[in-house]
Amino acid sequence: MTISAGWYLGLSVVLFSIGALGVLIRRNVLVMFMCVELMLNAANLTFVTFARMLHDIGGQVLVFFVLVVAAAEVVVGLGLVVAIFRRRANTTADDLHLMKG
Amino acid sequence: MVPALGAVLVAAVGSGHASWVDVGTFAVAAAIILSGAVGVVVARNPVHSALMLVMTLFGVAVLFVLQRDPFLAAVQVIVYAGAIVVLFLFVIMFLGVDRQEDIGTESLRGQRPLAIGLTVLGTTGLLLLGEVSRWTTGAPHVAGIDAGKQSNVYLLGKAVYTTYLFPFEATAALLVIAVVGAVVLARRPPAAANSVDADGAVDPADTGPLPSGEAPTGPGVGVPPPDPAAPGAPASAGPDAADAIATTAATDVDAADPVGSPEGARS
Repeated sequence: MTISAGWYLGLSVVLFSIGALGVLIRRNVLVMFMCVELMLNAANLTFVTFARMLHDIGGQVLVFFVLVVAAAEVVVGLGLVVAIFRRRANTTADDLHLMKG
Repeated sequence: MVPALGAVLVAAVGSGHASWVDVGTFAVAAAIILSGAVGVVVARNPVHSALMLVMTLFGVAVLFVLQRDPFLAAVQVIVYAGAIVVLFLFVIMFLGVDRQEDIGTESLRGQRPLAIGLTVLGTTGLLLLGEVSRWTTGAPHVAGIDAGKQSNVYLLGKAVYTTYLFPFEATAALLVIAVVGAVVLARRPPAAANSVDADGAVDPADTGPLPSGEAPTGPGVGVPPPDPAAPGAPASAGPDAADAIATTAATDVDAADPVGSPEGARS
């Protein structure tokens, strides 16, 4: 018998909250991206737990798709960071106020 | 964290019938995951954040293995720790932002306590929701993972290529779009519009082939690859060095032509 699913779900709740807190309080864009990855991993853990709990393979397939989307998101996001860094030599989110009225 | 883990151990063993190996693995993996996640948030150096992220990803992979899902654990390690974090580290060191950041100062007054308060509130709400209600309401699938003797990889591959075939194709299109977007974003603008430019050595070689590099992508999608290189290269034919650079740029465009052709179709 394995560990009940509630522990996995509680762990993923805490992991998601830490990631959300990091996105809220950090100002470096790269670290904010890493915190988004933390949140995606929490969602992946939830998907795998529910796949095991409900005996459905669809959860694991969704984890596969989340991995692909995360890879695409990181590629485009880091391309944006490089393009922004070329204009202004820092990657702090506070300095990106070009659209401020 | 240690008393919480002790509570996890005692409660998991006391309530269910989990074996000590499973409980110990889960506790160690949870400790690794949580300490790594906290390290990502509080580390001042972005390189340290990335290494802490690797730690968290390995912990999640251990939990995948613990849930009888070895294929996704392998994919997690290979794709996340092997590709995504390496990409993060590459960008960090390429941009040279691996210096200390002062996280003591807050730019918005009162934003940080508000964020911490909201996060604690949300976490408590979610955990309480898990306590007072059932996590799921659906019935277990009868012909699912545990139905046959097939392996996890077999079931996952069968599901991907039959039931989820259209989303699978859509992710392929998404990856192609992301590659095109990254190439477009990472190119330097044709005019010397970049105000802050640290590396002066790359600059003259980089602004040279760009007008000739622009020309072959213009004609569009139906043109075979050797044809757009021919009008592109003599248009900027000047000194020999610039010509050589232009031909290499033309071959680069040829190699990237299947990727670049949807872009031409849109424009």
